[in-house]
Amino acid sequence: MSRPSVEQVWQWLDAVPDPEIPVLSLVDLGIIRDVAWAEDTLQVTVTPTYSGCPATTVINLEIEAALRARGVEKLELRRQLSPAWTTDWLSQKGRQRLEEYGIAPPQPSGAPARCPRCGSEQLEKISQFGSTPCKAQWRCQSCLEPFEHFKCI
Amino acid sequence: MTREEALFQFLLRMGDNTLVLGQRVSEWCGHAPVLEEDIALANTALDLIGQTQMWLNLAGEVEGKGRDADKLAFLRDVWDFRNLLLVELPNGDFGRTMMRQFLFDAWQSVLLGRLTNSAEPRVAEIAEKAGKEVAYHVERSSGTVVGLGDGTEESHARMQAALDYLWPYVGEMFASDAVDEEMARAGIAPDPAGLREEYDALVGRVLGEATLSIPEGGFFHKGGKDGARHTEHLGHMLTEMQWLQRAYPGASW
Repeated sequence: MSRPSVEQVWQWLDAVPDPEIPVLSLVDLGIIRDVAWAEDTLQVTVTPTYSGCPATTVINLEIEAALRARGVEKLELRRQLSPAWTTDWLSQKGRQRLEEYGIAPPQPSGAPARCPRCGSEQLEKISQFGSTPCKAQWRCQSCLEPFEHFKCI
Repeated sequence: MTREEALFQFLLRMGDNTLVLGQRVSEWCGHAPVLEEDIALANTALDLIGQTQMWLNLAGEVEGKGRDADKLAFLRDVWDFRNLLLVELPNGDFGRTMMRQFLFDAWQSVLLGRLTNSAEPRVAEIAEKAGKEVAYHVERSSGTVVGLGDGTEESHARMQAALDYLWPYVGEMFASDAVDEEMARAGIAPDPAGLREEYDALVGRVLGEATLSIPEGGFFHKGGKDGARHTEHLGHMLTEMQWLQRAYPGASW
């Protein structure tokens, strides 16, 4: 096969869902830091979200599976720690999808802007942690529903 | 001691602190007072174990004998561990666990802040990564210490008892030895004594808000970070943590 362009690879990776929050793609999450060809080897640079996140291993497997399925033979996955991942790297599309999915997107203030279900701004924090390392638990005081907030780091 | 040997010891200290505390905190999984706290403790433990992988993998790389984080975590016995005594102490009640977490988080947040300027780029990048997680940990643990300290008569008494018990283990964080001197000389890590002022300011502010009193007296227990004398508790913890590798050497999946 002919060598796919870097832009093409980015598009393919944008179709790979995050294993824990499948409405986000790996590109939406901001963890793909670089895609480059080094001669005939495709190098994909990935940064971890949280250092202990168990999804990291699965993510690497899924990147590999997705690219192999497209015919990439020589692939090198590189890990990059610095600059450390920040939720500022979440794409606009990703933020919108998170909210539609019921997870409040990260806000610089550290608190969600509004309830992802009813839009109320009357909110209370239940816990600083949630079902995955990247989320905290909040509750809406208007519709009384609990919801998750994507932690801002 | 060469610089590489000192760096190896320093990295073991960083990784063993997070490993041992991570294991301790994970003992709460399924036992915390309420579900939200259970999840928070498990997530904190997960972050600490993740940081352990980074520190101990680098330690193994620096040592150059083919040991990685798993080998260092599971194939060493008590006398080779280099963690502070504070983190190996049993959990006690929820209050004591959170007090220990706060005393450790506060120290780690100050230390990691300094390490982001380390002359060793591999140390600086781990510190940058871990520092973001720890900023979040200290926010949670200080909030809990204030909530329980300035809470009911019962919760206040328990938090004061926890502080009285744990405070004599804080001093070890700031004691310097030959490893620290070498790291400071190389610009890799700060002299531990130089962190005390910032630590005392942070801890003093939170404990004041929590209406708790820091015990008087300068005595402190030591022997963890140089491995000279761990408490009896670490060995018991390791028998559980390392059980699989001891029973089935080399097992993997």
